[in-house]
Amino acid sequence: MNAQSAVETTTASVKPGSSKASSRLVYRHTLPIRIMHWINVIALTLMLFSGLQIFNAHPNLYWGNRSDQGKEWLSLGAQEDAAGNLVGITRIGQHQVTTTGVLGVSKGSDGTPVARGFPSWLTVPSAGWLAMGRRWHFFFAWVFVLNGLCYIGYSLARKHLQRDMWPTRADWRGIGRSILDHVRFKHPHGAEALRYNILQRLAYLCVIFVFGIGIVLMGVAMSPRMDAVLSPLVEAVGGRQSARSIHFIIAWAFVAFVVIHLFEVLVSGVFNQLRGMVSGYYKVDSVKPEPAMPVAAVPETVVPAELAPGRTVTAQTPIVEDPRHE
Amino acid sequence: MSDRRSFLRMAGMGAVGVLLAGCDRISQSGLGARVLGSAEGLNRRVQALLSPSSAMAKEYSEADISPVFHPNGTTMPDTPAYQALMANQFRDYQLQVDGLVSRPAKLSIDDLKKLDDRTQITRHDCVEGWSAIGKWRGTQLSAVLDHVGVSEQAKFVVFHCFDEMDVDTPYYESVDILEARHPQTLLAFALNDQPLPIPNGAPLRLRLGRQLGYKQAKYISRIELVSSFKDIGDGNGGYWEDQGYEWYAGI
Repeated sequence: MNAQSAVETTTASVKPGSSKASSRLVYRHTLPIRIMHWINVIALTLMLFSGLQIFNAHPNLYWGNRSDQGKEWLSLGAQEDAAGNLVGITRIGQHQVTTTGVLGVSKGSDGTPVARGFPSWLTVPSAGWLAMGRRWHFFFAWVFVLNGLCYIGYSLARKHLQRDMWPTRADWRGIGRSILDHVRFKHPHGAEALRYNILQRLAYLCVIFVFGIGIVLMGVAMSPRMDAVLSPLVEAVGGRQSARSIHFIIAWAFVAFVVIHLFEVLVSGVFNQLRGMVSGYYKVDSVKPEPAMPVAAVPETVVPAELAPGRTVTAQTPIVEDPRHE
Repeated sequence: MSDRRSFLRMAGMGAVGVLLAGCDRISQSGLGARVLGSAEGLNRRVQALLSPSSAMAKEYSEADISPVFHPNGTTMPDTPAYQALMANQFRDYQLQVDGLVSRPAKLSIDDLKKLDDRTQITRHDCVEGWSAIGKWRGTQLSAVLDHVGVSEQAKFVVFHCFDEMDVDTPYYESVDILEARHPQTLLAFALNDQPLPIPNGAPLRLRLGRQLGYKQAKYISRIELVSSFKDIGDGNGGYWEDQGYEWYAGI
């Protein structure tokens, strides 16, 4: 494995002592996957912000079926101090922290402090407006659900889930090394970069099938109409308020996933990764047994678009060999 | 926008700021609000498909009852008509039932008890997110509808209330006939074995097993059967609906 980073900064990155190396563009993400990925980015972002708006209408969480005062496990509250100033108090279980300015109390539209769970720069709409927050949330909930169903259907049909995500026995055996590579921020640049590693596979499967399905079910479990048929599910998680708590926790688990995902994109070559998810083409290093082909600009569009993701049959990229490495 | 300075300010706010500012403009535009609101129809149709109209809300045990049933919204109507009834412990209260019915009626709480009298322990879910469980005693709304004889043209049951949310803006709500006929739809006159407390809607409130709290009108003065609620209030079927909340309150 190659510890060099920033693959995209040189068109021909050569390991010292190796034979000639060049890079090639691989058609990695098909158009439907790319479209669904970016729809998901929009839907999740707006659902998070509108969800925090809805949360602000009652910024307390409970376990069970009831919202008994004093039984909150999480509360973003406001109190007045001796001078009459609003103080934001975040309570988690028995612990409480002053969070004025961000949680519990933050600046309203006119700049003066107001009691509100999450601040206006984290909610859609920015002002306290539950009715509109619900509209955003339910609209993009449908976008998220329909997009997710299309994704699962497409990925099953194209064997994307089975081939690229389901861990193989070899993946499981390599889990120790994969963990070490991740904590050392080591990322493969050759053909190995085209394969999802075991941690990626587990992360994606968990996000799709645990977070994705879980957050939708917990959202639906808060619907009184749906509870008429879903009460076994509601009671299984402890009650409607438990469902609300779990919905909230999974939302932040999504945020945690996105933070790690963006971090990995950054350290593994942000430009190459972005190109992969925008145009479909991802560049990998490839060691050539023969001298490089004459310099010739081969347009990316000659690559057959029907290729399955991850197939490594590709066109040669326009590459100028660096003479210093001859 | 041609205003260069405000454009630069927008750019300076960063991606999230731009996104949120854009969302605010969409929220305030009539078209944006309508497009986003289109999910309501989908919610209503899909939920009716997945959760049939006959499906029953879970009924809880005595042990599940909330120690305090949190009253929300109006907790003391200040209209003269309500104050007069309250002064006499609601003994003179009569529910008026009219509109598209063959036999308009005025019914006291005792009249209602004679029509039907049942108790159920169900959960109340507020649009704000909280829940409370209470033991409700009341009369099935369907028994009242049978008593007055609902005309064929009637599509909605409108609940007119004593409390005013603003000057000359009384609270009102509406449900369709199917929801009104659901076995768990009650006109409740008692909560937790006590006459309905004033903060919870005395002397009579609506209880729906499968809709959010804002649908469950308190302080009911009159029930009207209509074919359309276009001419009532701002025409959206309820006080909160007129403020932008969905008429369908199943989620």
